[in-house]
Order: sequence, then C-alpha cells, then structure tokens
Amino acid sequence: MLLVADGLVQARGLRKRFGDFEAVRGVDVDVARGEVFGFLGPNGAGKSSTMRMIACVSPRTDGSLQVLGMDPDVDGPRIRARIGVVPQLDNLDAELTVRQNLQIYGRYFGLSRAHVRAKATELLEFAQLTDRADDEVEPLSGGMKRRLTIARALVNEPELLLLDEPTTGLDPQARHLLWERLYRLKREGVTQIITTHYMDEAEQLCDRLVVMDGGVIVAEGSPAELIERYSTREVLELRFDPALRPEAAVIAPLAERVEELPDRLLLYTADGEHTHAEVARAGFVPLSALVRRSSLEDVFLRLTGRTLVD
Amino acid sequence: MSELASESSAQREPAVSAALQGAGPRSTGRAPGPWGGILLVVEHFWTWYRRNWRATAVSSVLQPLLFLLAFGVGFGSLVAGTGSAAEATGGVDYLVWLAPALLAVSTVQSAAFESTYPVLSGFKWQRFYHAMAASPISPAQVALGHLVWVAAKMAGSGAIYVIVIALFGGVGSAGIVVSLLAAVLAGAAVAALVTAFSATRENEGAAFNALFRFVVIPMTLFSGTFFPVDRLPEWVQPLAFVSPLWHGTELARAAALDRWQPLAALGHLAYLVALLALGIALSTRFFARRLVR
Repeated sequence: MLLVADGLVQARGLRKRFGDFEAVRGVDVDVARGEVFGFLGPNGAGKSSTMRMIACVSPRTDGSLQVLGMDPDVDGPRIRARIGVVPQLDNLDAELTVRQNLQIYGRYFGLSRAHVRAKATELLEFAQLTDRADDEVEPLSGGMKRRLTIARALVNEPELLLLDEPTTGLDPQARHLLWERLYRLKREGVTQIITTHYMDEAEQLCDRLVVMDGGVIVAEGSPAELIERYSTREVLELRFDPALRPEAAVIAPLAERVEELPDRLLLYTADGEHTHAEVARAGFVPLSALVRRSSLEDVFLRLTGRTLVD
Repeated sequence: MSELASESSAQREPAVSAALQGAGPRSTGRAPGPWGGILLVVEHFWTWYRRNWRATAVSSVLQPLLFLLAFGVGFGSLVAGTGSAAEATGGVDYLVWLAPALLAVSTVQSAAFESTYPVLSGFKWQRFYHAMAASPISPAQVALGHLVWVAAKMAGSGAIYVIVIALFGGVGSAGIVVSLLAAVLAGAAVAALVTAFSATRENEGAAFNALFRFVVIPMTLFSGTFFPVDRLPEWVQPLAFVSPLWHGTELARAAALDRWQPLAALGHLAYLVALLALGIALSTRFFARRLVR
C-alpha cells in the first residue's frame, strides 16, 4: 500500500458531482495522526461535500480516497466504526434523554450495554451535562445540544473526529466553551478535521488548514504560514464618510496593497501606525482608523477577492 | 483521553504505549453484523417507547375500541337476527364475524400512520436517521429496523386488542391468534410501501393527508371489513382485490371462523408477501438514496 505510515486520511484528485454541479473539483488532502486539520471557506466551497466523502456517507465521483488505510467505497461500515462525526445540523433524538442519546448511539458501534453506561457517565462529565443527564434533549440550549453531539461522536473513542461547522449559530460564550473542549481533545491526541467559515475558529483550533473556494484548494499551510505568505503583518482599516471617501487607487501608494470593502478600505502594511501617520500627512481624513494584525480573513480576501461571511 | 478515562486507566495503559510507538490508540467501535444492526435500530425505538408508551398506548387502544363499540356492539345489534346479515356472516354472530377484520383494520391503519410522519421526522425534523447512517449502521438497516419495530408494535397492540375483543365476547376460537399474524402481515406490507413513499417526500405537504383520505380510508371502507365485498357493485370490487387490507381481512377471518379455502388463502398470502417484498426493496433503496448522496 502506498500509504504514509500515520496518514489517517489521504485524498488524491477527489471529486464530487451532483447532477450538473461539481461541488468538489479535484482535491488533494493528507491528514496526519494527532493533528487538527481545517477546511476554511465560504458556504458552497465544497467543504461539507469533502467531509461527507471522508465520513463514508457520500460516494466519491472520481479520484482516490483512503481513510484509516481503507477505501470508503469498500469498507464504509468498518471505517465509520472507528471515526466520530459531528454534523452541521444536530441530529439528536430530541425525545430521548441526554444520557439515552449517548447510550443508544454507543450501541450502534457494537458496544455492550455495560460499556455504554459507563462511557455515557464519563462523556456527560466531559460535555458538562451531568446535571441534565436525565432531561429530555428538546429543551436544551443550542450550545448544550452541540456539546452533546460532540460527546456522542466520542462514544466509540474515535481515531478521527470530523466536525462540520461545529460552532455555527452559537453565541460567543458557547463557542469559547466548545473550543476549550476541542482543544482538550487535541491535547489528548484525538485527530480532528474541522470545516468552518469562521477564520477565528480556524486560527484557534487548526494546526494546518486548506482554504477552499469553488470546489478547489487555493492555499494550504498553518494559519501563521498562510498569513505570512499571503498578507502583511498588519492591516490599517479606514472608514470614511461616503462623500469624502478617496478612490482605492489614490491611496494605494501608501500601502503594500489596498482592498476595498463596501464599508471600509483595508491597507496592508508592515507597520500600521506608520501608515496611519502617512495617511494623515497626505491629507485624508477618515472617520475612524484601526490597526490590527493580519488574519486568515485577509488571506481569504487576497486569494479570492471576497470576504468569508457575506 | 487520559483524563476522561481515569477510572479505567489500567485498561488504557497499553493503548497509550501503542500511541507512543506511532500506531495510535485503536477505537473501541466495530461494525455490527447485518441482523445485529437491524436489532440495534429496533432497540433505539424500544428505548423511545419505554419513555413514551403512555401517550401512544391510549390512542392505539382507544381507536379500535371505538370501532368495536360503534360497529360491533351498536351496528351489530341493528343487524342481529336479520336474515341478510346471517347470510352474509354465514350464520355467526356479527361481532364474531367482524372482530378479525377490525384487527386487520387497526394494524393497517397504525402501520400507515407509523410510516408517514415518524419516517419524515427521522429524515427531516429530528434527523436521527442521518445520525444512524453516520455510525456503522447502513441505510438499509435503518429502514428494516423501522419496519421490524412497526411490525412488533402492531403485534403488541393487536394482542391487547384481541383481549379487549374477547371481553366483549367477540372471540369465537383460538384461530384469532392466526388472525393476528395475518393482520400483522397485511400491516407490514402497508408499512413497507408507505415507508418507501415517505422516504421520497421532502415535505409533508398535502401528500400524507391525501394518502389517508384517498387510500387508507377508502381501503378501510371497501375491504370487506363491515360487509362482504360481493355486496358492492361489480365495478367497485376490483378496488378491494388490490387492497392489501382485503387480503389480510380474508385471511384473518378464515382463521378466526375456521373457514379455510386453501387455494384462496395461498393467493392472499402470496399477494401480501409480494407487496411486503416490494415495499422492502423500495424502502431500503430510497433510504440509501436519501442518506448516502
């Protein structure tokens, strides 16, 4: 077998077509054991389709794919037995209790009743749901349901955890709690693949990521590498009164690169304060100015000419 | 997960050292066999039922009870002693003649209901079918687990119904037990076909209403439940012959009254088994199409 010893996922020229629409158009991916790997991209970039192929619930149209050294087309159930999946939309049984959801799901993995009973208690602790253990799922908050879904995905002690948009729709507090739990799993050595359209999530969680757009990978690296490669150290954000807003071309000489957004201009520069001073000296009067570090959002803007969340 | 598994750390030690050697800890999960997977899906529904049986038990006993009261006792007293009724029932008490047919009606009706909204919920509202399909369970096992569960539930509530009928004096012989099996077979055939239909629905829309209004209710009225099919105009009779309920009713009645006609019985049985096979083939296929795409 031509497989890297500890490669958990290896895809070459992976494609997925739905009728006339090609959602994934030739993707190469390698995920090593123990790393947290991200797919960053806007809605419709092909992230979820790629995840579903890796999760063995969507046959590939073309290309090769190996998960845990096996082919999803041949060994789907055996692969699914050893991975954990957190889907984009919660699919808990809302009419069962929190504990029952964990237990019955564990049974699908061929685990004994005694085993899932003990495991559920342990996972309730992890998901901070012990005091809600015997409540029905329906009335739980979005964040609690999400934590339960993640706990459920861990019931078989997966070698690979797939998280599709794990924090979409959650409030900031719930997101941070979730990130903390995922970080803890990472420290425990659980390999994770995450799709997200939040650049802060990707920066927080991922060791390595690919930026996807229109079904293809447009860049690959660690968050820091990508920022270094595709952006400057700092960004100066300027907001103007629409009537007094200068053309991007006029202000361009002051920075390495300028991006024009509907509500502001982004000036890419090594030293934001210095550029800010130059802008003032040149006679431009913005309503507000903000200097910040470059982020993956800027990488994405550079690569695709669009923002991530429209 | 060292912190998580602190209680069973002794057991986890080898896995950790394996991880250091580069092999990584091995998941505890494995794929259940073809039958095992179906039974695990049934276990899911059973878990749900243990929590929620009270709500469903009332409706699953009450409705047949109302039928029994209205037609068996009320309507039955009206036709009691009339020559035409005696001719139609072959001389037995109307309630005894009606009871096995009501058994078939109640299983077929609940089979149809259990295979509409609950199936769409598994795909669309609660979406737990998707969760099952993400585990080692296959879409076909999800579909078959649902059907086995519906059949088991029908057998259970049918058995209770038999007891209720007996209390009203509607049981003529021990053959009613075979009637129950016939009723469950007819119900399973209907459940399989309706499940296949529901698996193709994106929205409830008007489809389920139409199904009940134009299929289930006419089937209830014209399948020889309350009067023999030969009392209908000849042009209506073919409707009964395609109805799985009619075939189930004929079998159930033959068993309860011990009036077997071997060739006809074989025909009814073959028809129901064929419908069941068709329904299973379609529903497993449609489940796969919807869950794996």
